[in-house]
Amino acid sequence: MTEPVLELQDAALRVRGRTLFAGLDLTVGPGELIAILGPNGAGKTSLFRAILGLERLATGRASVLGEPVHRGDRRIGYVPQQRVWGRGTPMLGRDLVTLGRTGDRWGLPIASREDREAVARAIWAVRAESLAARPIGDLSGGEQQRLRIAQAIVDEPGLLLLDEPLSSLDLAHQAEIVALADRERERGAAVMFIAHDINPVLDRVDRVLYLAQGRHRLGTPDEVLTTASLSELYGTRVDVLRFPDPATGLDRVFVAGAGNGHEHHLEQHADEVERLERSE
Amino acid sequence: MSWDQFFDYSDYGHLLALVANSVVACAILGIVGGLIGVFVVQRDMAFAVHGISELSFAGAAAALLIGVDVLLGSILGSVLAAAIIGLLGARARDRNSIVGVLMPFGLGLGILFLALYQGRSANKFGLLTGQIVSVGGDQLWSLAGVSAVVFIALLVVWRPLTFDSLDPEAAAARGVPGRRLSLVFMLLLGLMVAVAVQIIGALLVLALLVTPAAAASRVTHSATLMPILSMAFGLVSALGGILIAIGSTLPVSPFITTISFVIWLVCRDVGRTRDIRRFRRAAEARTLESA
Repeated sequence: MTEPVLELQDAALRVRGRTLFAGLDLTVGPGELIAILGPNGAGKTSLFRAILGLERLATGRASVLGEPVHRGDRRIGYVPQQRVWGRGTPMLGRDLVTLGRTGDRWGLPIASREDREAVARAIWAVRAESLAARPIGDLSGGEQQRLRIAQAIVDEPGLLLLDEPLSSLDLAHQAEIVALADRERERGAAVMFIAHDINPVLDRVDRVLYLAQGRHRLGTPDEVLTTASLSELYGTRVDVLRFPDPATGLDRVFVAGAGNGHEHHLEQHADEVERLERSE
Repeated sequence: MSWDQFFDYSDYGHLLALVANSVVACAILGIVGGLIGVFVVQRDMAFAVHGISELSFAGAAAALLIGVDVLLGSILGSVLAAAIIGLLGARARDRNSIVGVLMPFGLGLGILFLALYQGRSANKFGLLTGQIVSVGGDQLWSLAGVSAVVFIALLVVWRPLTFDSLDPEAAAARGVPGRRLSLVFMLLLGLMVAVAVQIIGALLVLALLVTPAAAASRVTHSATLMPILSMAFGLVSALGGILIAIGSTLPVSPFITTISFVIWLVCRDVGRTRDIRRFRRAAEARTLESA
């Protein structure tokens, strides 16, 4: 049996006295794609921070590729929730990717040939050659996102954590980013990503981790994304609606709070407010 | 008023030899100020620089009053201010209000100390508006020493500091100690501000710690080219300023601030023209694609 990429045993995380999740057992193998869903404040980003060693678990154990989690693990690639670099930011596309490779090193900022080659490979892997020499602030959200993924994969990590990589991207760019994540998974990396909308990746994800109300559900999309399962999780009636997409024949899934169809919309609104607050 | 009243370059060589120390001090400040300015701009801390320089002024004035080394007093004042701003103002909004609170307090203290001081009045104004022409040999060594420490330390922390400035979440995940780094940076900034106060005065520190980097950021976005250009602009401003001032009865500061401002104006124009051309080209490419 191959070594698991991520192992969480009875993990619990509390932030300012609030339990985000508890009793979480999760083993992720190489090549697995896991989507993490749930409302804002449910602890999705905090889970990533715990895996990165930036947040300490209240109980339980967490290990990555056989080692207990620790800060600065180069075997984890991380794309934080999107922030857009404005015009005039003193950084070219290539500089952003280079930071992922050498940004934690002290001493004279001289890149070795090996580093330059690794950066070039990562840029090639996300098909961003034409963006490398352009100022980062001149690029669109989707283009910046591709370079951020290049930054995260520059060391060919065994685990790739993507925090809402699709938010605020149009459908074509969403498909591009999903394809990139899929390629990393084919390379053998485990990919975990936080999403607001499962649909762009529904046909590719292996399992779903749904966090809400300090509880969680883990399983295949068919097991987790049902009215019964999510109603129990939220402790109130939640409808899960599935429609077959006439173009592809695949299902599309929508989660709606009981009696109103606006829940999804409201969540996105709250998300927007949160992002604005954070960007200040 | 006539030109001759203010400028006389007939005995330039002789004058240059007399103020050689000051010329060297200006060159050093121009280079190291240009380098640290890159991070001041990246981290959006121009206002903090101004606040630190006012407390540096208070420290220098206190030193003048009690008769100890002015550079030492200046360093104590600015490092204290930098530490307060660094510890209390991790977020930009907090930081600005803390600077806003500290700045008038520092300036007020400084004015009090100067009012009590009985010595030469030239020294008084020098701290606020520059006193470069009188850098002595010992003083030059201290200025050069402090600048060298800042320069070397900046090169050592270069990449983690850049990472933390431009992409803090990813940097933290990579193990970059953001909080400690930003305190180290504040300390270096405090040291450099103290040096700059000795040369162009507390009120004009920004002309060498911010303007050159701001100008460089208008013409390049490359993380490699920007610090090089910024150092060059700083050097040209500071050195150009003093070389003109030597033959003049006017103080050096207005020459330095004017040169650095003109460089910024030119860079801004160059950058804008290039942006417009780039957008036009991109728009044309899109039109061709859709055709």
